This record gives sequence, C-alpha cells and structure tokens, in this order.
Amino acid sequence: METETGLANPIEQAFQNHIDGLDTAPAWWTEFKRQSFEVYANMPMPTRRDEHWRFSDRSRLETIEGFSFDDSHSATISHKYSEWSNIASSETAALTFVDDQLAEASPLPEDFLQAGVIWLPLAEAIQSHGDLLKDYFMKQAADLGSEKFAQLHAAFVKSGALLYIPKGVEIENPFAVFNWSSLSNGTIFPHTLVIAEENSKASLVEFHGSIGENPALSCGVTHLFAGVGSKIDYTLVQNFNEQTLGFQINSNVAGRDSQIDMHSVILGCQQYRSETHGQVKGARAHVDMRSMALTEANQEIDQRTLQTHAAPNATSNLLFKNALMGESKTIFSGLIKVDDKAQQTDAYQTNRNLLLNRTAEANSLPGLEIEANDVKCSHGATTSEIDEEEIFYMLARGIPKPVAQELVVYGFFEEVLDRIVDDTLAESARQMIRSKFHH
Amino acid sequence: MSQSLEITNLNVNIGDKRIIKDFNLTIPKGEVHAIMGPNGTGKSTLAKALAGHPDYEITSGEVLMDGESILDLEVDERSRAGLFLAFQYPMEIPGVTIANFIRAAKNARLPDGEDLNAPAYYKELYEKMDALKIDRKFTSRSVNEGFSGGEKKRCEILQMAMLEPKYAVLDETDSGLDIDALKIVSEGVNALRGGNLGALVITHYQRLLNYIIPDQVHVMYDGRIVKSGDKSLAEELERKGYDWIKEITETAA
Ligand SMILES: Nc1ncnc2c1ncn2[C@@H]1O[C@H](COP(=O)(O)OP(=O)(O)OP(=O)(O)O)[C@@H](O)[C@H]1O
Ligand SMILES: [Mg+2]
Repeated sequence: METETGLANPIEQAFQNHIDGLDTAPAWWTEFKRQSFEVYANMPMPTRRDEHWRFSDRSRLETIEGFSFDDSHSATISHKYSEWSNIASSETAALTFVDDQLAEASPLPEDFLQAGVIWLPLAEAIQSHGDLLKDYFMKQAADLGSEKFAQLHAAFVKSGALLYIPKGVEIENPFAVFNWSSLSNGTIFPHTLVIAEENSKASLVEFHGSIGENPALSCGVTHLFAGVGSKIDYTLVQNFNEQTLGFQINSNVAGRDSQIDMHSVILGCQQYRSETHGQVKGARAHVDMRSMALTEANQEIDQRTLQTHAAPNATSNLLFKNALMGESKTIFSGLIKVDDKAQQTDAYQTNRNLLLNRTAEANSLPGLEIEANDVKCSHGATTSEIDEEEIFYMLARGIPKPVAQELVVYGFFEEVLDRIVDDTLAESARQMIRSKFHH
Repeated sequence: MSQSLEITNLNVNIGDKRIIKDFNLTIPKGEVHAIMGPNGTGKSTLAKALAGHPDYEITSGEVLMDGESILDLEVDERSRAGLFLAFQYPMEIPGVTIANFIRAAKNARLPDGEDLNAPAYYKELYEKMDALKIDRKFTSRSVNEGFSGGEKKRCEILQMAMLEPKYAVLDETDSGLDIDALKIVSEGVNALRGGNLGALVITHYQRLLNYIIPDQVHVMYDGRIVKSGDKSLAEELERKGYDWIKEITETAA
C-alpha cells in the first residue's frame, strides 16, 4: 500500500502501475518510458521568465498531477462516440480510441497490406514493428517550451496510430484516427506517427473530442516524416469539451522534394497549448501549415510555431487564424529560422485575429531569424474587429446581425477549412463551429 | 393605404453636417424614378439613410413604405420589409460564397425553424444568373471578392432579383458597366418592373435611361430635388450641364 511502502505521490504510483501493466512490452520500451518519466519528474515547470510561455496562463500547469494518470483498472469503454461515427467519410481505414483504449479498428484493405503499408494501433506496433519505432518514435525534440509535457507523453503513452507508407505507394483516401476522452479527471495521450517513404503519398485526419462534459487532460504528439518526393496531408480537428486541458506537440520533417500539408481546426478545451515545428530538411520541400481557432468564454488557445529551413530552394507557408468571442484569449508566437545553407528559401508566416468582442485578447509574437542572404521571408500579424460596413451590407440584405457575424467568421476560416481533404470532416468542422454560436 | 415609397421633409446629417435637406419624393409602386445630380450632392447619402446606415442620422422627416413608417425598423428589418439597396460600392465578403450569402438572406425571410428547399433555391439562382449572363461558377466565389466593377454591379442585380423587393434604390448600378452589361442589367430591372416593384435609379448618365425608361426624372442639387420632369429632362440636363441647374436653383432662391 502507498502509505506502508512510503511510495510518494499519485502520479508516481500511477506510473508504476502503468509500467507493471506493460508486462508483454519489449524491454527497450519500458526502459524508454522509465527514462522519460524521470526526466519529466526532474524538469521544472515553465516559469514566468520563460520566453516560450509569455502571455500564457501557467496556473493550470501546476495542477496537472491532480488528474488521474492511473490506468490499472481499465474502465469499460463508452460507446457514445458512435453518434459521431459519420464525422469523416472517405477513410481508407480508421482507428478509434476512447480513454486511450482501442474501441474500434476498421481493417486496412488487403491490397495496401500487400503493398507493405503498416497501419496499426501503437500498442500492437510496439510488439511487431519495434525496430521502426526505435528509429522514429519521439525522435523530434519538443523545442518550443513543452519539453516537460513531451516527456510526460512519452512516459504514459500507450495508444495512438502508426502509419507507414512504403516507397512509391500512393493512397488517395485519408486514414482516420479518433481520440475520445470520457472519464472524469482522466488523461489521454494521443500519438500519431506518419512515415512516408520515397515518392509515396498519404493523408490522415485526426479528431480529438470529449464524450460528455468531464474535465480531462489530453497530452498529444503528432510526428510526420516525409521522405524524398513524398506527400503527407494531415488534419487535426480538436473539439474537446471546455473543461479539458490540452497539450498538442506537432513536428514534421520534410525531405527533399517532399510536401507536407498540416491543418488544425481548434475549437475546444478550457486551455490548449499547441506547438508546431515545421522542419525543412531537404531541398525544394514545401511545408504548408494552417490553423483556425474559434474561442469563446474564458478559453485560452496558445500556439507556438517554428519553421526551420536547413536546405535550399524550399518553401514554408504558415497561416494561423483566430476568431475570438467572449473573454477568450489567444496567443500566437511564430518564428522562422533560415540557416546559411538554405538559400532561395521562401518562408511566410501570417497570423490573423478577428475580435468578435472587444474584451477578448489576441496576442501575437511573430519573428524571423535569417542567416542566408538570398531568401524571401515575411511575417505579418493583424488583429481587427469585423468591418462594420461589411455587416451593414449583409444587414441591408435582410440578414440578421448574429447571422451576419457568423457568416463573416465562416468566411474568415474558409481559407483553412477548404484545404481539408475529407469533405465530410470539413463539413463536420463547419457544424462544430456553427454549434459554438448556438449553444 | 397608398402603394408607394413616400419620403417627406427628410433631413439627414452626417456628423454635424446636414446633407439631405427637406427632401420630398414619392415613388408609386410600379414606377421607376431616376435621380441625377452632381458628385457630392447627397444621392448615396439618401440611399444609405433609407437603408438605415447608422452613420446617417435622420434628424427629421418621414419615410413610409406602403403607408408604414420604416424609420423605426433596423437595417435588416427594412430589407425584409421589402426595401432593397443596390450599393454604389458593394462590399467584399471574403470566404462567403454568393450562393450561401443569398441563401442566408432568403432564409432570413422564412418563418423561424423553416429552411430553404435547396434544389428549388439553386434552380431559381441558376435561372436568374443565366438571365443576367453571370457565369454559374460565380455561385462558389466569395461575394464581390476580386470581382470586376461590372461583375459587382451585376451581382447586386442578381441579389435584387432573388430577394424580390417592393422598392429598390439602385445607386449608380450603371457605372462601370460596358454596353452589353448595361443592356443585360437594364433587362434585369425591367423584368422586375411592372406591378410589383417601385424603383429609384441613381445615375450620372442619360444613356441608362434609354434602357430603363423612367416615369420621372429628378435633378438633385445640394441635398434636395430642384427639378422634376419626364425622360426629356435627363436629355436636357445632358445638353446643358449642371451649371444650368445651379443657375435655376440660385434664381429660385
Ligand atoms: N461617411 C461620411 N463621412 C463624412 N462625409 C460624408 C460621408 N459620406 C458622405 N459624406 C459627404 O456627404 C456628401 C454627399 O455624399 P454622397 O456620397 O451622398 O454624394 P453623391 O451624390 O452620392 O455623390 P457621387 O455622385 O459622387 O456618388 C459629400 O460631401 C460627402 O463627402
Ligand atoms: Mg454616390
């Protein structure tokens, strides 16, 4: 018992139980987790002086160990998510997790299996594809402020999706991952790893949401690796309930001549911290990162981005748009880094904020660090209210003011939404936006 | 109850500046009236004040639509009551398609909880676009964004055709239109003419009035109508210029 053995706090106990539950996992995996937990435990929480946490509300960070990390008595899976099962349509194959337990898996079509495509829940991939994971799993540093939470993720992660596309294989329809949280004070650690080999092509859509209104912690990681000449298109729609605390750490690596498109639709969470690092590592790569967030009440959406160019003739393009209602707050901090080898880089970074209420607060910290001399880089941030003349024009057509404002907001986000590869998911996202105006 | 748009002794200020001065005009249903007048005389101010723009303060006067005052109605209520303004400078609304925009406007006219029948809506939209020779591809383009001047004006008439107002004020809908577009737009207006629509057409060019033949022409100067007549007044104005109007206004004063 805890008191008798003197075992310290609940998170340590929970971690021990987590490791004990991994009895069939390979030794490297449990060892990796132990190390991660140790680093997590010894790393201080971000402080006020930490530039990466400027403007952020850090008070909830201190309370994260109050969530329940204990997964030793696995609860029965809530199947309420099935009401949402038509959220995306054109999937090649889908994985659904509820509270980090696999709830449903639609099989990978036989021809893709034959072609060598790997599409597995993480727990299975650890058993069967350990060598692949050793090379790729959590190999990208979380260098935008959330290293502690990346270590927490590594310590507790147990579910997620591995997608491996072999050389030359092109798959048109997206793969889909659904991550639901339902337990009160529960924790989930969604992990998505996409590896696209030379000249392959794949897309993946991911949805994060809550079943019910219980507060929870989600601490997710998405890593994309685009090999030479490959294409990855990735969309994350985050619609947790507004009691949830969320961290999402994204990183992508673009090889020579590859293309990565990464889109985020952010609607939920009381507080959400997202970090995205787009890394151009090969010449002529193209990385496109778009995000939209609609905030209300006292939500805080805190996004930090980094575009690094280490190879020449490549482009990266970032567009993050936020529309703020109520007393909500957004933070956008973006940096473009171009090193001296990356001549003829085109790198753009744009943050646009639309204030629907004057007491909402949009913070913007754009930045550039350029060491090459022959580049085209720009960054821009604007914060504005809805143009009254635009509203007048719509009113003059008989459209009531709330509807007019809504239309302006949909219009504002369309630049992001119309890039989502799965039309049904895009439409679902529009519905979720709509319901945010009507609850 | 008189079937007309009746403006009496209207005074409109922008800030402290009086722009529309004791303005009087009645447009019976079914008639088309034209207003001509020099730049800055207050034509657009009149149009926007009628629509209810918050910057245009109506200090006194009355506007009755079929006998009912519209001055206490909000902008959107005036529109739904049957007043339409084709803007001199239509606004761009990024990301909102024409189809969705007009649909929202039509939905706003339905009783609560009712929704437009989509196939019927698109059928009507396409028919009216075809009539105005607007490429169907425009339905999925954002409202006025990147439109040429003439395309914007055609889109205003499309909206009018779709919303079927009782009274319409067309503010320089002809400017920026090439000859063919002018004919098409005029046909669009003429098609709505007749029993159901009263229109006030603001223009600088007599040419438009060859296509939309007005029942009356009014010349506006310094915030008020200083001369009214039939179509020949527009021709006379074109010949003599606004100095002539200035003269008769000053001798009258
Ligand atoms: N928002 C505004 N703020 C200040 N002054 C304004 C505003 N709108 C119009 N005015 C002024 O009111 C006067 C009338 O302008 P209005 O646009 O009504 O003229 P108009 O007759 O439509 O001219 P045009 O033929 O050039 O379209 C002008 O002196 C103009 O500068
Ligand atoms: Mg004008």
